[in-house]
Amino acid sequence: MTTAIAIRGLVKNYGRTRALDGLDLEVSTGEVHGFLGPNGAGKTTAIRVLLGLLRADSGDVHLLGGDPWADAVALHRRLAYVPGDVNLWPKLTGGEIIDLLARLRGSTDRRRRDELVDRFELDPSKKARTYSKGNRQKVGLVAALASDAELLVLDEPTSGLDPLMEAEFQRCIDEATSAGRTVLLSSHILAEVESLCDRVSIIRSGRTVQSGTLDDLRHLTHTTVSARTVRPAVLDDIEGVHDVVVDGTHVAFTVDPAGLDEALLRLTAAHVEALTCHPPTLEEIFLHLYGEEPLHDPSTE
Amino acid sequence: MSEYHGTRTLVIAAFRRDRVRIAVWVGAITFMVFVSASGVKQLFPTQADLDTAAAASTNPAIIAFNGPPQALDTLGGQVAFQIGSPGLVLCALMAILMVGRLTRGEEESGRLELVRSLPVGRRAPVAAAAIVVGTMGVVLGALVGLALVSQSLGPRGSLSFGLGYMMITLVFMAVTLVTAQISENVRVVYGSSGCVLGAAFVLRAFGDVRGSVLSWFSPIGWMQHARPFAGERWWPFLLGLAATAGLLAVARSMLDHRDLDAGLFAPKPGRPRAGRFLGGPVALDMRLQRGSVLGWAFGLTVTGVAYGSISNSIESFVQDNPTLSDLFTGGGAGSLIDAYLATSTRVSALIGAGFAVQSMLRLRSEEVAMRADPVLAAAVSRTRWALGHLVTTVLGSIVVLGATGLSLGVSAALVTNDRTLVLGLTGAALAYAPAVWVLVGFALALSGLAPRWTGASWAILMTALVVTFLGPVLSLPRWAFDLSPFEHVPLLPAADLALLPLLVLGGISVALAAIGVVGLRRRDIG
Repeated sequence: MTTAIAIRGLVKNYGRTRALDGLDLEVSTGEVHGFLGPNGAGKTTAIRVLLGLLRADSGDVHLLGGDPWADAVALHRRLAYVPGDVNLWPKLTGGEIIDLLARLRGSTDRRRRDELVDRFELDPSKKARTYSKGNRQKVGLVAALASDAELLVLDEPTSGLDPLMEAEFQRCIDEATSAGRTVLLSSHILAEVESLCDRVSIIRSGRTVQSGTLDDLRHLTHTTVSARTVRPAVLDDIEGVHDVVVDGTHVAFTVDPAGLDEALLRLTAAHVEALTCHPPTLEEIFLHLYGEEPLHDPSTE
Repeated sequence: MSEYHGTRTLVIAAFRRDRVRIAVWVGAITFMVFVSASGVKQLFPTQADLDTAAAASTNPAIIAFNGPPQALDTLGGQVAFQIGSPGLVLCALMAILMVGRLTRGEEESGRLELVRSLPVGRRAPVAAAAIVVGTMGVVLGALVGLALVSQSLGPRGSLSFGLGYMMITLVFMAVTLVTAQISENVRVVYGSSGCVLGAAFVLRAFGDVRGSVLSWFSPIGWMQHARPFAGERWWPFLLGLAATAGLLAVARSMLDHRDLDAGLFAPKPGRPRAGRFLGGPVALDMRLQRGSVLGWAFGLTVTGVAYGSISNSIESFVQDNPTLSDLFTGGGAGSLIDAYLATSTRVSALIGAGFAVQSMLRLRSEEVAMRADPVLAAAVSRTRWALGHLVTTVLGSIVVLGATGLSLGVSAALVTNDRTLVLGLTGAALAYAPAVWVLVGFALALSGLAPRWTGASWAILMTALVVTFLGPVLSLPRWAFDLSPFEHVPLLPAADLALLPLLVLGGISVALAAIGVVGLRRRDIG
């Protein structure tokens, strides 16, 4: 598998503030890669480095096999970008801006452009000054999706879109991946991430804290277990078991993958009468990974 | 009074937010008056000097720029004549820029929506802007009056002069409160109020040279016909008050009948597709600047026609006063007209340079507004993006200067029956292009190397304006004149065409532009 984006040890300072502090990111060709992290973690800075708008202070950055700073123009013919806040020229109409951006990139597919304008229910004859936030995002999305770019760089592209348009966006991304395109998607919408992303990278304070498939991430966090046993089960001393709540013969706890086997053995020894066991929700994973506490990750210990 | 609820808080907030800007405007104009008044005193130490100056200043060319000659054989009369007109224009500009910024600027940015969602009355933001700028006018008038008194000029004349500065601020405050209701775009607000100011200046110039009633249609004319230091009349200020009150009533009625964010006219739908031409950075910037270029060219055409059409008055003036013409031309009537036309061309070129600086600085304002990102994220190099703005600015400045020279030349040719003036003055105006481009190059160099300091580009233009308008009054040293690129351009058609200084200016502007592009290629965007 080839890589579309490879970032290793990226550092970017703004004066004394360190915006990126050794960021790593690897996106394989053809995948939808979620790029997640709390506000101010450095996602937009990293994307602006990828676009050659900012110069990296140190680290290796490879984009579509080139250097995003030195080869900006050639690389930009092969990618399309949608910012989280699409800023448009107030005097031009949406239709003019879409066509202009297509020409600046060097490719125009008129049929596809018209189809997308219809699908996103955008009125292209309105001046950009009069567009709402959601309509400005649509202009950016149509301009990017109508291109034949092999890489889509999307920085919170659906902010301000209504649920119908959000669903349309997800269909467009599915079409893009079946056409073999690569997508880097920064998003705070968990349902969007869950349904679209093959793999995700989570960054915090300018550093990558976790990277992998959603299943990998689930595997790294606690499973929640609730059980009723004939005899009270003793679980407190097991490594990896947390938050034990005992109520007579009822016990509830969370457990790391490392302690799961031992915990289940103890429960069976106490004769299980009822057992529910569920993996962490995506929301729990993110709250856990975005939060301040360090991650219990056996593989890095 | 619920429509005005919250005005007090908004006034305090505006004073707090714009305290530096307000202090700089008021302080700078007061300082200019103070320094110029003391300059005039040094320039004419004896009554004999004043008498000579009074005779020389009845030249219609000077009257067209400065205003009616009133009591020019007194110090007060000279002060009012020399600094009255540029000062009144500055006061009007202060009012236009401050009101536009506080009203439509806030509205366009979306901040007003947030304010209006609070318990704040519909008219409160506009009333607050009027109070803030009105206060600036009153304080400025008082300070200017005190500055003149401190130069031991008469208190009655100083009061009248100060009242003039106050009243012109109030009138253009009210004008801009009206234009701010008409257009949803703050640039259009500045432009249309600027047109009113230009018209006021031109009407005044016409009326003063011809001695006709036209000056009475100009607010600037009212202030000058109040005759500070020349037998003060107080009733012209009532015209200013009446105009202010009338315009405020118009603005209030427009405000009450429109929606937030809307202008007086509903926006028309535009093209659903881009035209064939709109396909690159140059085409994009030309499209965005089209209105601005046409507006500046139109304004300078009006100015050129006005200045050109009074050039024959100079001829008759010289015929009537043979001794005087000898006194300050040393030659025939032709050279006096030429000197007048050359000065008019330089003044127009300086005004036109305002277009060029503003146009080049759009490179930076596009970047700050994050509109550079979509262009640079497409297959457009930074060099090509910068050159797009540079090409538009260079071509636009040629259009603006050409329109200036052509209109001045055609109108001067019509009234003097000298057809050679058409080409001659067009060429004379275009000869200022390299000087204008030095400012453009400087703006681009700053955008590349020191993007936070791009505002300094205006400082050079201000320097050039001060040198040309006030340099002689202030008796500035030679090196101060040399600082202004415009002083190196030959005063065509009065002087001979010298190519070397133009080539040097051109070379400097190319070098500055190159530095800017190199800097831009090396720095972060945003």
